[in-house]
Amino acid sequence: MRNAKFPIFLAFIAAGALLAHAGSASQAVPPAAANPTPGAPQVAPAVPAAPAAAPLVIVIDPAHGGADPGAHGSTGIEESDVVLSFARQLRAALQAQGLRVVMTRDADVDPSFDDRSAIVNAQFHAIFLTLHVSSTGTPGTARVYSLPAPAPQTPAASAASSALLPPPVEQPNPHPGLRAWDNAQDSFVYLSRRFAELLQLQLAQRFRGSPEVPATVAVRQLRTIAAPAIAVEVSSISVSDRRQLDAMAEPLTDAVVRAIMDFEPLYVSAAGTEAGPSPPETAAAAAPSAASSSGAR
Amino acid sequence: MSRRWIIVTIILAVCVAIGAYEFPGLRRHVSQLKQEGPSDAENRRDVVAPQISTPTDVQSSAQIYWLAAGSSDTLAAVTIQLPLSADPVQRSRQVVAALIAQAPTAAQRTLPVDATLLQFYLLSDGTAVADFSDELASHTPSGILSEQLAVDSITHTLAANVPAIARLKILIHGQEADTLAGHVDLTGFFQVATPAASANPQPQPSVAPGLLNSPPPAGSATSGQK
Repeated sequence: MRNAKFPIFLAFIAAGALLAHAGSASQAVPPAAANPTPGAPQVAPAVPAAPAAAPLVIVIDPAHGGADPGAHGSTGIEESDVVLSFARQLRAALQAQGLRVVMTRDADVDPSFDDRSAIVNAQFHAIFLTLHVSSTGTPGTARVYSLPAPAPQTPAASAASSALLPPPVEQPNPHPGLRAWDNAQDSFVYLSRRFAELLQLQLAQRFRGSPEVPATVAVRQLRTIAAPAIAVEVSSISVSDRRQLDAMAEPLTDAVVRAIMDFEPLYVSAAGTEAGPSPPETAAAAAPSAASSSGAR
Repeated sequence: MSRRWIIVTIILAVCVAIGAYEFPGLRRHVSQLKQEGPSDAENRRDVVAPQISTPTDVQSSAQIYWLAAGSSDTLAAVTIQLPLSADPVQRSRQVVAALIAQAPTAAQRTLPVDATLLQFYLLSDGTAVADFSDELASHTPSGILSEQLAVDSITHTLAANVPAIARLKILIHGQEADTLAGHVDLTGFFQVATPAASANPQPQPSVAPGLLNSPPPAGSATSGQK
């Protein structure tokens, strides 16, 4: 009888190994997400399900590039060039802190929004920063943006959506454990907001005239990021001398490094325990949100 | 030198002196005319989008949100007198047309001067759809701040003058656009609220309880709807 049970035992072991493999595979970005095809359903990793001890990966996104120079000043300064320079300095500073850094571009090329998102979404335990230079705003100031929280679908809103769009087809999720690519940021808006608050405070100390609280704006690049994600925009491309912008690189880098150091324990704690901060901390952190602005979701 | 040449020289010197005295004033006048006169873009817009007038128009005070004087990053309401329709759709078209065309100064504009509102629709639940010409996307300065100010100026102006509108969808030439000018997402809806309402949102946690799949805060004034 003991010999007869042995194959059953082996079958259980094999089934367990298969399940474990399937579980780890569900965290990976599918090939379709790395090279999204228009019209095809796309998915992003459900959670940054790395163990708490996993090293932090900072993904820096110098916006624009290639055929898209972004904002450009009357003296020929181009946003894509300035932010690439900022990104390289920031990478060096973060690597000096022992952090792993990935850049979405390191040359004058222009990856699409989804290509940039795919780079972040392939990382475990990532933080995403997209760097910009504005066309307007008081020169020498810097602003941080995160996405607004997704609003609940009220019956009226649903009716409005149905009047504008084809009726949604209710189907079971064919990819349990994965989330829709187009709204990958939805589950991270609160963490992103907290990171934005920490960085904006640092920037306000270094750049006089900058706001002390970040704004929530529907920045397109952030929507498809399955990780804490913020946009940083310095003002402005209208300066007459490029050196005025270059001078912002060092304090900007210092502010980002400090904000990441402040944010890391919170991120590790939230990802590891799925427990939020204590109520007093939550209330205190929520207070500055009052100054945020509008957004589309 | 004969007496005749002396007289001619004196006359010429007087002419030069008068010219030198008048020249700065003439330059100022020419530059003023350049600033005040309608540009080609404004003339084109006036042909494409003539003034909207309806039988129910009543001269009223309208609050229009442009950049605050001397600021490049803050909006401020300016009260102007406009003929406003009782019909919310026509009223919306009138205030948006004023927002584009009647900025106190060029520096206070938030929308390109040659942009036009092609169509405006309003659903019964308060959802509005504004269809702008291509110039809104192609001539809005690229950047998160400038694009956010452009959208906020539209939503604040609508909120202040057309209470029936709750949220806004922006189309570019009849199509849904990915972004306004490379940054601000146009695939969703924008909440239509005045700055006062936006400044008093429901408190929301900075980190969601449980981090993942947490319910969003109800009634957050900072959020729109997807």
